[in-house]
Amino acid sequence: MTHLISAQIRHTLCDVSNKTKTPHLGSCLSCVDILTALYWNVMNIYPDQPMHPERDYFLLGKGHAASALYTSLAYRGFFPIEDLYQHGSTGSRFEEHPGIHAPDGVETVSGSLGHALSLATGMALSKQLQGANNHFYVLMGDGEINEGTVWEAAMFAAGKRLSNLVAIVDFNKLQGTGESTDIMHLEPLEEKWRAFGWHTMRVDGHDLSALVQALEAAKSIQQPVCIVADTVKGKGVSFMENDNNWHYRIPTEEEVAHAKQELGLS
Amino acid sequence: MRNAFARVLTELAKDDNSLLLYYADIGNRLFNPLKEFAEDRTINAGIAEANMASMAAGSAMMGHKPFIYTITPFTTSRNFEQIKIDIAYQNQPVIIVGTGSGLSYANLGPTHHSFEDIALMRALPNMHVICPADAYELEQLMPQLIKLNAPCYFRIGKKNEPAVHESKPALTFGKVHVMCPGERIAVLSSGTIMPLAQELVRTLNERGVSPELVSFHTVKPLDQDYLNDAMTRFDHVITLEEHNVNGGFGSAVLEYFSEQANWPRVHRFGIPDRFIDQVHSTADARAKAGLTVTDIMNTLSERGVV
Repeated sequence: MTHLISAQIRHTLCDVSNKTKTPHLGSCLSCVDILTALYWNVMNIYPDQPMHPERDYFLLGKGHAASALYTSLAYRGFFPIEDLYQHGSTGSRFEEHPGIHAPDGVETVSGSLGHALSLATGMALSKQLQGANNHFYVLMGDGEINEGTVWEAAMFAAGKRLSNLVAIVDFNKLQGTGESTDIMHLEPLEEKWRAFGWHTMRVDGHDLSALVQALEAAKSIQQPVCIVADTVKGKGVSFMENDNNWHYRIPTEEEVAHAKQELGLS
Repeated sequence: MRNAFARVLTELAKDDNSLLLYYADIGNRLFNPLKEFAEDRTINAGIAEANMASMAAGSAMMGHKPFIYTITPFTTSRNFEQIKIDIAYQNQPVIIVGTGSGLSYANLGPTHHSFEDIALMRALPNMHVICPADAYELEQLMPQLIKLNAPCYFRIGKKNEPAVHESKPALTFGKVHVMCPGERIAVLSSGTIMPLAQELVRTLNERGVSPELVSFHTVKPLDQDYLNDAMTRFDHVITLEEHNVNGGFGSAVLEYFSEQANWPRVHRFGIPDRFIDQVHSTADARAKAGLTVTDIMNTLSERGVV
């Protein structure tokens, strides 16, 4: 079921990108399975009541993958899928980076990297002080964790043993202009987070059952959890996979049709 | 003034469980009384001010009313983007407290000076900028800022600043406080430089001039009603602040006047557009910056004001 949803989301991402000229397709495709695991299997959400006080929170750190979040929310029933085609138009709630007018289900503004983990850390601490049980999930790119604030938040959250906070690194090995492991010394990434005081796990970021298993296990761990998810930029569309041109390129109509076929949808 | 901040916060936090303090590993025993009954709401964020600003925004989103507190440059310029995006754009009720503003920490050098903070903060939509002149003003304004429930920048001094009021003045956020009515010349002072403004007024009095003295504690929003009135009543408006003369309070006044048809001549006094270093005290630094009554009187004399 969720494999089919991931495929549908991937196809819609390509189609919306083609029709609305929205970039960052490669970054979106790499995190689709993580979003599917969270929104279909792990998080406590209320699509009919997006502000429900008992909901879990998802914060998108890599704001340029907004389209992946919007599309997941649409498929999960927060708003109609057709609305996604308003992406980037004047007055649209679907801005290239989520703003304060973003659609239901988007919790915070995103676009400048390295803010989400700090925001979620404050949120998680406040909810813990209030005795509430909400969980906070933060998705960050491997490029994003170049930002120093990520590590400030990492130290703080571990110091407070925030057990309601989960960070997921979409480790697709590519960032804007090159290989993320060349630009910064990222590996051994799992050990880095462990050294910062987090419980860490490393999973195949396209294996839905492995993702769900890790995220479910995280719920009972009494400290913040970081899941390093090994992913492929452009995942699911052979000619986009590991090709960093798709950080910015927009697919043609023929390429969208080709992608649809590869995703097993036609 | 920082002692007054801690004392007032402690009092207010007793009755309001939503108040939360994040501080960036400064203050030593300053917040012990607060910790005594609200340890979990007295949070040392570590020496990580950018993270602190975002965390406070996150706490505000969850219903808390957080303060963030550290030395002015570290709570305004080091974490500016977090303030811009997470506090101002998302319009979260975080009160950003900058202690030791301007030249308070003069001897600690330019790393600890803040002459650009008002400029930065007043350039942010949704942000309010408040600069109390002494502990009395702080005490009067702080509860009003909490009630605002909006992003605020509270620019305060260090410690042992002289009281400029004899007792608690009746202050209203967003409205000036006229300390002494006068004519022809208005001296508008913002923040802890008020004692210099008072000295300037005394000197002008000795010259037979009776200027009006105003505490302009709220820089944003500017009290436009007062400025509209001032345009008709005064030939000269003098602004005083411990901030770069460009971009701060005086600039805000000048910008407002520049959009009106007829306005008085404006004389801005603040830190000239340069770094101030190799000084041993605030008085020394002010002298180096030309912020003395003698320097100001000389300028006013050159300009034919007196």
